[in-house]
Amino acid sequence: MKKAGSRIYMALVFLFLYAPILVLVVFSFNDTATASRTVWDGFTLRWYQRLFEDRMLLEALRNTIVIAVVAAIVSTVLGTMAAVGINSMKKLPRRIVMNVTNLPMVNPDIVTGVSLMLLFVAAVSLFGGRSLGMGSLTAAHITFCLPYVILSVLPKLRQMDPNLYEAAQDLGSPPVKAFFKVVLPEIVPGIVTGMIMAFTLSIDDFVISYFTSGTTQTLPIYIYSMTRRRVSPEINALSTVLFTVVMALLIVVNVRGSKDKAAERKGEEHS
Amino acid sequence: MKKWISLALCLLALLPVLSASAGAEELDTSVTLNVYNWGEYISNGTEGSLDVNAEFTRRTGIQVNYTTFDSNESLYSKLAGGGADYDIIIPSDYMISKLLNEGMLAELDFDNIPNFKYIDEKFRDPDYDPGCAHSAPYTWGVVGLFYNTDYIDEEITSWEALWDPDYAGKILMFDNPRDAFAIAQMRLGQSLNTTDPADWRAAADLLKEQKPMVQAYVMDQIFDKMEAGEAWIAPYYSGDAALLVENNDSIQFAIPEEGTNYFVDAICIPATSTHKREAEAYINFLLDPEIAGANMDYVGYSTPESAAKEYLEEDVVNDPLRYPDEETLSRTEVFVNLPDDVSKLVDTLWAEVKMGGPGESALLVAIILGFLALYVGIVIYKRRKRKREMA
Repeated sequence: MKKAGSRIYMALVFLFLYAPILVLVVFSFNDTATASRTVWDGFTLRWYQRLFEDRMLLEALRNTIVIAVVAAIVSTVLGTMAAVGINSMKKLPRRIVMNVTNLPMVNPDIVTGVSLMLLFVAAVSLFGGRSLGMGSLTAAHITFCLPYVILSVLPKLRQMDPNLYEAAQDLGSPPVKAFFKVVLPEIVPGIVTGMIMAFTLSIDDFVISYFTSGTTQTLPIYIYSMTRRRVSPEINALSTVLFTVVMALLIVVNVRGSKDKAAERKGEEHS
Repeated sequence: MKKWISLALCLLALLPVLSASAGAEELDTSVTLNVYNWGEYISNGTEGSLDVNAEFTRRTGIQVNYTTFDSNESLYSKLAGGGADYDIIIPSDYMISKLLNEGMLAELDFDNIPNFKYIDEKFRDPDYDPGCAHSAPYTWGVVGLFYNTDYIDEEITSWEALWDPDYAGKILMFDNPRDAFAIAQMRLGQSLNTTDPADWRAAADLLKEQKPMVQAYVMDQIFDKMEAGEAWIAPYYSGDAALLVENNDSIQFAIPEEGTNYFVDAICIPATSTHKREAEAYINFLLDPEIAGANMDYVGYSTPESAAKEYLEEDVVNDPLRYPDEETLSRTEVFVNLPDDVSKLVDTLWAEVKMGGPGESALLVAIILGFLALYVGIVIYKRRKRKREMA
């Protein structure tokens, strides 16, 4: 009886989480003349075809992905380096630096966005540039992704036995090699989490991008600009494609991960 | 041999440049024009429509970086904030007069825009930009009421319907101050551009009176709510409403007898543009009747060029919704920019309409401050406790 109750609860939670996505997917196949999001009018693949014909949409998508990839990689590298540095600080400077890095996270997006815009506009005019664009967008995205990377790498570093690194050096390994061979493998899960987080944050972001984009357009801005007329079901189609790709990737990664773990466990048993 | 090949390749690379410069004299084809337009407001090549920007590049060799905005206000903040270098913008009437007042628009050189001759006479001297010296009309339309005949039996002829208690809870309103106030002003018989604060207060009172009956203040969700029958009556722009009326038998459109707002979205060049000549070529291209026709066929709004109607379907051109008759148009008024103090008043009044009077917002502030004080108190208390425990 208790089990049935918890199952129903689980089902409700999943329904709540996935029903909106399901509706979105279903309406990406809606054969509607008025771009309706509520009235079902038969099945069509039209919106998918339009999606691949719409140059503006594809360009916005391309910008978004390029920025997300660059921001994720750069902020991961910078964030990991910063985390290693912060970890070896004394208590007081560490607290101060952590507070400073956390600031962009607690700051409302709109404040971050406006202040970054003012900074970039000043910088651009100082160097004789004319317009914000990909460069300023990427810089802004790296800025707001950084604290999340630091926050996800730092706990891994603190969990690690500090003697490991010293032991490696005692055994004759130069510091750089000791870092890459001993420290890095220990904190990789934190780095990967941070990178994925940075990537999703960057793809999601609207407010900060809105202020720092200049004459470039990312996908969230493009979608938002449709709201005076109506958001086209092309967006449903695009979301469906993105959702499927991410879902497939996650399944592949998880299946491989669990296989590796199973193999590891087997190996341990044998030894 | 290698030398010859590289020379030939060089010549080949030059070819498109030569032919392009021969096609459009003195245009610098190496520039990229930054165009800023409303979302979903240009034919983009999907489903066999004309890809307007690609066609422009094909004809002139000039690249177009096309981006979109959602409201006049976001366009303004982008231009005023700096850091965005636009060559072409397409704001609406009142925003054009605001930009004009602030000296942010460049004067157009009509020698470079010969296609301006196709613009109908009646669009050439608008209130927002006398003489059309800084703008070339792109589209126009009127605001009207659309309603669902499944639920509303009578024929709607007046804005009063939006205040009808029979439809309480099924009424939608615009979610922007100018459009919402215009409806109340029409009922009161005021000018939409009145600068008398008393007029605006009277209109705000009327909107407050309406508020309990309004289901929601929305923009594009109007379509979903109307199609699903969730709402029965709503005001919107004719160009968008047309699509709904054509595809849904039970939805009717009416232009109320009190008159209505008539709006124009026009193409301008910001004063900061460094590619004015090329931008004018772009305007000239958009005004080409064939391009304008294909464009409006996709966008669904009304064209200010009679010559472009040739390229549109006949039932669209004869549609009284898209092209109302002269008599109806004589009862319309276009928005112009309001003086700063009036527009501040409008913003305050609008906030009052949507959030309740100043009393209510004071209460809200008090509640928030109360929570903040409570939070600070708890933090201080905990600190003290910890210190005492440590000691």
